[in-house]
Amino acid sequence: MIKVEKLVKSFHSGDSELVALKGMSFEVPRGQFLSVTGRSGSGKSTLLYQLGLLDDPNSGNVIIDGIPVFELNAREKTQFRLERLGYVFQDYALLPELSSLENVMLPLLMMGFTKAVAKEKSAQALTKVGLGDKLPNLPSQLSGGQQQRVSIARAIAHNPQIIFADEPTANLDTETADAVLKTFEELHREGQTIIMVTHEEEYSRRTDRVITLSDGEIVSDILQKK
Amino acid sequence: MNQSKYRTGKISFKERIKHTVISIKLGFFLALKQLSRSNKWTTVLIIFIMTLTFLNLVVVSGILVGLIEGSVNAVKTRYLSDVIVSTLDEKNYIKNSPFVINVAKSLPWAERTSSRYLGSGTVEANYKTRIKDTDKVNSVGTIIAGINPDDEDVVTGIKSLIVEGQYLTATDYDQVLLGHNLLKKYLPIESPGFSTLSDVEVGDKVRIEINGNVREVYVKGILKSKVDEVSRRVFMTDTQLRGLLGRSDYNVNEISILLKPGSDPVVARDAMLASGVGQYAKVQTFEEGVPKFLKDIKDTFAILGNVISSIGLVVASITIFIVIFINAITRRKYIGILKGIGIHSTAIEFAYIVQSLFYAIMGTLIGVVFLFGFLKPYVGLHPIDFPFSDGILVATISGVLIRSGILFIATLIAGYIPAKIVVKQNTLDAILGR
Repeated sequence: MIKVEKLVKSFHSGDSELVALKGMSFEVPRGQFLSVTGRSGSGKSTLLYQLGLLDDPNSGNVIIDGIPVFELNAREKTQFRLERLGYVFQDYALLPELSSLENVMLPLLMMGFTKAVAKEKSAQALTKVGLGDKLPNLPSQLSGGQQQRVSIARAIAHNPQIIFADEPTANLDTETADAVLKTFEELHREGQTIIMVTHEEEYSRRTDRVITLSDGEIVSDILQKK
Repeated sequence: MNQSKYRTGKISFKERIKHTVISIKLGFFLALKQLSRSNKWTTVLIIFIMTLTFLNLVVVSGILVGLIEGSVNAVKTRYLSDVIVSTLDEKNYIKNSPFVINVAKSLPWAERTSSRYLGSGTVEANYKTRIKDTDKVNSVGTIIAGINPDDEDVVTGIKSLIVEGQYLTATDYDQVLLGHNLLKKYLPIESPGFSTLSDVEVGDKVRIEINGNVREVYVKGILKSKVDEVSRRVFMTDTQLRGLLGRSDYNVNEISILLKPGSDPVVARDAMLASGVGQYAKVQTFEEGVPKFLKDIKDTFAILGNVISSIGLVVASITIFIVIFINAITRRKYIGILKGIGIHSTAIEFAYIVQSLFYAIMGTLIGVVFLFGFLKPYVGLHPIDFPFSDGILVATISGVLIRSGILFIATLIAGYIPAKIVVKQNTLDAILGR
């Protein structure tokens, strides 16, 4: 369960201040597939960064499973991200010198799994996203869609509570984007909580719930029947 | 990891240790992957720089010290030998020399001894062609040494120093060897108060004068050495100089003692002194007998070498700093991603430390192989020809280990600081390239 309380985030640019999140509050129950939409500059990515502990808000709080996450120190936040959160970035964010398998192994190794176990779990995750035959490939040897699926495998390999996806289909063609979304849908069916930022209505329609932002505020929050 | 840990905001010490161990392992993993899949030529270039840095650390000071060490070695092998017995400060010769020589010869460690008679005198070359008293005298003041040619050759290898003519034999009469620095053709210095002999060749007749005794002798050979005690002396057989000096008591001025390989000069010196030689002569090991100015220069050059090496070390540290900093800056986005997916800063920093240590270790290893496998033996066989010494390269294992250790520590710090700077930056800014 994620509880967002009066979240405020502003940026300074010279003398002017841009308020990206204006006291936002909402809750996300466990197992929900939530999409956050809105126009460019509406604050959707900023919201995702706050929820994913990649950035600190000016005020407000995010409570994940009872833990006020912004009260954690930097080291604890890192550990929290490692153990409980998974990220899928718009540009895949894979390490170029590591193979698909090694990229997925990283969080597992940091969690203390042995190399053998990390390899096994990573291979399973990659197989799950349809890349069981691409384990030794470097990112440069994969297509955009395949790289994004490696990124998803890395996000799910350690069984996080929540997956955050920032415009995961933005750089993909329609067919590949559809495949990526299907992967998310499958994960969701298995009970995974997913929060996805997207500006594409076609994909947000396929989620449980759509929160639409405008100028840092929630303008609509719709539960969808699929 | 349980929930209460997050609630209290504290991670136990045990867990911190566990995280640190994991971070080190993961850092190693990341470093190996980065190194093995990075641009090979870049890696080769960095290792090459580190090799040069290591050589700069070791070779510059090694040459500076070796320059004087070569001189000291030459003084030892060509003049003093392992133990030198010389006159007491207030005496003109070693009193009771036959006794002293017998003691020296009877030392169980003694391989051979060479006794020398010494006398101050002059050598004149143009005494036959000089017509007027006002004509310039072609002469030089020198020390004339009377030696047993065989003994002296065994002890100092003097025969190998002959560059013109021939070496002396025990039966030679009216024959001398001239040190090359007595001759203008070898030492063309025009300086008031410094004289050399002009136009003197092997086979020429010269006149030597000692204590008012004059004798005409032939130049049998010319010696070339970088040891002043050889190059500025005239050598003749001991029997003949004894006659010139009127030294019928067989008292000599110097006794060089060559010891058997592996013998300790200190032990030999002490044995000589224990036999009562000390009341007639000064007994010194070669280290004690080396002229003080050489020791002083050696110490000064060692300090100078260390200063230059320290500068080299700073340059090496800056090089590593720049290399790691550029590497970390260009990979800032990936560092942000690593942090974003929960990789601890320690692991990322450790990855950079491992990389810098890899460069340092590889550079040092190649440097050590080059140094001991080629450079040192080569300079040993082909000494650097300095005017006053045959410079060698002084590089001891202990010295190399110390300098390598210093280089590793400097590298470690130089690798850690830039990694720390980059890793400390805001995670999101790094990911987004802000």
